[in-house]
Amino acid sequence: MNDQPIQEEESCGCPEGEGQLTLDGSVPVVEITNLQTKFGRTVVHNDLNMRIWQGEILSIVGGSGTGKTVLLRQMLGLERPTKGCVRVFGEDISLASSTHLQELRNHWGMLFQQGALYSALNVFENIAQPLWELKVMPENLIRDSVLLKMNMVGLGPEHANKMPSDLSGGMIKRVALARALVLEPKLLFLDEPTAGLDPDLSESFVQLIKSLHRELGLTVVMVTHDLDTLFALSTRIAVLAEKHVLVCGPTKEVIKTDHPFIKQFFLGDRGKRALAGLE
Amino acid sequence: MPIAREPTLTFSPGGRTVTADGTWQVHALAHKRIMKAISSCLERAGRDKGVEWDLSGIESLDHIGAQMFWEAWGYERPASLKLADGQDEFFHRLETTGRIAMPRPRKEHFGWVTSLGFGILHFLEHLRGFVSLIGSVTQDTLRFIRQPHRGPWREISANIFHAGFQALGITALVGFLIGVVLSYLSAQQLRNFGGDIYLVNLLGMSVIRELGPLLAAILVAGRSGSSITAQLGVMRVTEELDAMLVMGISHGFRLILPKVLALAISMPLLVIWTDASALIGGMVAAKIELNLSARYFIEKLPSAVPVANYIIGLLKGCVFGMLIALVSCHFGLRIKPNTESLGRGTTTSVVTAITVVILADAVFAIVFNGVGY
Repeated sequence: MNDQPIQEEESCGCPEGEGQLTLDGSVPVVEITNLQTKFGRTVVHNDLNMRIWQGEILSIVGGSGTGKTVLLRQMLGLERPTKGCVRVFGEDISLASSTHLQELRNHWGMLFQQGALYSALNVFENIAQPLWELKVMPENLIRDSVLLKMNMVGLGPEHANKMPSDLSGGMIKRVALARALVLEPKLLFLDEPTAGLDPDLSESFVQLIKSLHRELGLTVVMVTHDLDTLFALSTRIAVLAEKHVLVCGPTKEVIKTDHPFIKQFFLGDRGKRALAGLE
Repeated sequence: MPIAREPTLTFSPGGRTVTADGTWQVHALAHKRIMKAISSCLERAGRDKGVEWDLSGIESLDHIGAQMFWEAWGYERPASLKLADGQDEFFHRLETTGRIAMPRPRKEHFGWVTSLGFGILHFLEHLRGFVSLIGSVTQDTLRFIRQPHRGPWREISANIFHAGFQALGITALVGFLIGVVLSYLSAQQLRNFGGDIYLVNLLGMSVIRELGPLLAAILVAGRSGSSITAQLGVMRVTEELDAMLVMGISHGFRLILPKVLALAISMPLLVIWTDASALIGGMVAAKIELNLSARYFIEKLPSAVPVANYIIGLLKGCVFGMLIALVSCHFGLRIKPNTESLGRGTTTSVVTAITVVILADAVFAIVFNGVGY
């Protein structure tokens, strides 16, 4: 969002709305202000600004090592900003109290790149885990909602008793997605959702996310390298380069930007092929 | 929950209509009090099939909220249902999905018989695996002797450093303390019948022949045994073991042989070290308790403990070291790629290593019965 005037206010100042999650879409779902991330002496992000609105599917792209996954981890509160602030549902997550953060965490879901299923639990238990964690749900309700979520991501009940080590890569992603969705989150983070899937499976996964987005009214933030997925899903694309968001906008707008990385990424042979498929 | 209005159910006078209100989403429902009230209300309302349902007042609904209604309705749409825009999608989804049943895990008959059988088979399988591991290590050793210049020298020295040098501190500390304890206890008993000077015999014999090797072995089993198992286990989880095989690097030659040799070399040295610190501990305690001078203690030691005991102690150290390395490698290679298996494997490995060491110690005691007195 380069065209936006940089906010002059003190570092990030989060006075208004503090202590309350704003879920009605009146504020950006995610708002990142002047973010700086440092690991030792390496600066990963500098002066990074980004806003994600309700109902969007925003894709973050960038070369290897530009800190896409780190940015995602910042939004999830798994890394702390060196400077600046990250607000999710209007709440600064580095300042939020632990109870608020807990509440916040029930409103988002994350699909990790390798699935990150609990290897000691079977498929059903993996998906039911967040519901059990609430401690008050009746067992039959949990059973029905887990099976419904499994059905939504295209897994039959016959897979319920399998262990993660017995599943293929595509199935692991589906189970992980069902687990991410089981608490009916408003915000879904996807880290390389189609990496390691064959084209057929990627396509069906894209369709799945599309339909879930429509059905559940999700806001989706996604990191991906896969151009087909990128063009098929995103309503906006944010390009990460030179430690900040180079450009953020609809596909057509992003492609027009004159920058060596964008030229190479989108208008190389693969990019052209994917674009041709889009039209 | 500041954003959510409490979900409620109200019955019209006469009980013909049930009106739902508030936020019917998982976050609003997930409170003990609300869940209890709602569940009992729904159950009461669901019993009467003729009730009219009005859900149009619900602020926001999600699948879990919808599921609660669906269950109360007995998994079908009630005859009279009033919905707001967009709510129908949830029930449509539930309707098309239908009632899914969990597959029942197959029931097992004669549970304890089969588990006993599996246990025995499991044990035999471990035994077979262990024997074949010893075989492959022997083969690798022969290969190493034939071509010493191609041997895993660097790995051996790294393992000696980790398992031997880095264990010096803890073995010295434990050895010293045990020496002090033993010395105090024996001094009191010996004083009863005036045999103070036999303290050197008692202490020297027990530490050098028995306790030094055993203490060192138990500490090394806990320290290096667990780390070897965990290391191999994580290598299995991250597919590094497979990568080595694909590149034609043999596990036995690169991973197992260096560990076995390294422990075979460093354990006798650790035994000497532990012996020394235990005897120093005993000596210090003897000085304090019995006023036995250090000079007398050291002068008396060679005649009190024949050198055969010292050799037996070193031999024990060497064998214990190899056994610990073999047992931990055996369990490390059997770890399955999940976290639970890693934890269980490491525990079993350490417990088995210590048991095997004590077993071997008993064998030593029987074989060398009568030697070195």
